[in-house]
Amino acid sequence: MVTKRIIPCLDVRNGRVVKGVNFLDVQDVSDPVRLADYYSRSGADELVFYDITASVEGRKLFTDILTDVAASIFIPLTVGGGISRLEDFERVLSCGADKVSVNSGAIQTPELIDQAAKRYGDQCVVLSVDVKRVDGQFHVFRGGGRVDTGLDALEWIRQGVDRGAGEVVVNSIDTDGVKGGFDLELLQAVCRLVRVPVIASGGAGGIGDFVDLFRSVPDVSAGLAASIFHFGTVAIPDLKRELDRKGVLVRL
Amino acid sequence: MIAVIDYGVGNLFSLKSSLSAIGQEAVVTRDQEELDRADHILLPGVGAFGDAVEKLRSTGMDRAVLRQAAAGKPLLGICLGMQLLFETSFEYGEHQGLGLISGQVRDIGTVLPSGLAIPHMGWNALHFPGERPRSPIFWALEEGTHVYFVHSFAGFDCKGQCTATTEYGAELTAAVQNGNVYGTQFHPEKSGAVGLTILKAFCELE
Repeated sequence: MVTKRIIPCLDVRNGRVVKGVNFLDVQDVSDPVRLADYYSRSGADELVFYDITASVEGRKLFTDILTDVAASIFIPLTVGGGISRLEDFERVLSCGADKVSVNSGAIQTPELIDQAAKRYGDQCVVLSVDVKRVDGQFHVFRGGGRVDTGLDALEWIRQGVDRGAGEVVVNSIDTDGVKGGFDLELLQAVCRLVRVPVIASGGAGGIGDFVDLFRSVPDVSAGLAASIFHFGTVAIPDLKRELDRKGVLVRL
Repeated sequence: MIAVIDYGVGNLFSLKSSLSAIGQEAVVTRDQEELDRADHILLPGVGAFGDAVEKLRSTGMDRAVLRQAAAGKPLLGICLGMQLLFETSFEYGEHQGLGLISGQVRDIGTVLPSGLAIPHMGWNALHFPGERPRSPIFWALEEGTHVYFVHSFAGFDCKGQCTATTEYGAELTAAVQNGNVYGTQFHPEKSGAVGLTILKAFCELE
């Protein structure tokens, strides 16, 4: 049976990984190639690189870095950040990305999903959605989670999958940064709604949160996190051993 | 030298990088003479079967592949490249494949229990059928080794030529072999150290 995936997410600005990274055994903690190698060796099932650069020069640095990472790490790479046109897909795919994650760009131009899925295949298009509860309803937020689009999150996700997204990353703004666990209620609702793989994001504070996630929402395919891996709060080999002990299928 | 068949389908970046990581010189080509010179042939592919087989024909690479296979050269199809080796595919219509592996390519949704995510995406375990000798490209692997899959269609009815399976609610074909013709449904170039071991074993085939 397919294993549950553990996915570290790295934010890259001007070619360097941002957010404090705190490993004793990694010398240059902001070098994306070294960090990717470190995660790949520690058993990450996939890596997500998120380009948070605003400038054109920064974009070029990002694709250079991506090329270096993709040439040295042989696990799946997803790239997101600033993807708003079909040319952006081409730009990162030609540098070795396997999947491309769209968020605000798809909200602005939903047809982008159809076009990309048609040209590169459904498996290549990841719909990333930032979700927050507003008056008891799940709303889609954009602009890094700052702006309420008023869109119903479940409807938007269903539409995105119908348009051809092959995977959905559900990032809960309500649980993100709180470290109190994943948003199980939201994830449950999304898993009931779509048949493509669903990736949980936002809220992981420790190993126990991943155990809860995969036990409470068995249909969820993967857990994604950033700071707990970067700060060394959770080491991936420990996490996977614990999941294995708790009966969750993982690649050891 | 390894020749990666270029017929205008898919992203060959990872494949080229992984071959270079195992010290293999690779050339991406549709040139007949270069294919003749190559010791091993790789047939990559992502996307839809119909489009891919059409491109294979329009570039003349269908005949080239058949010729190299008939000459006894080791040939490895990866993912859609493996599916192209089959006789027929039922992905959006009915399409004829290269016929180097017996069986058909069909939607896995028809055999999976409901509730399982499609595509079958992620790391899954390889099982090697006990009734046949281990395929040489898997000699170094342990039963249950994980490799990376992304697919919604798979090869069926290739029993005698199936060299590895994987379980995803149903038993799915993970790899095939017919003499010098090999295929993997999974992506060795995305399967970490295990994948590189498989590619290396293929490149070392006589």
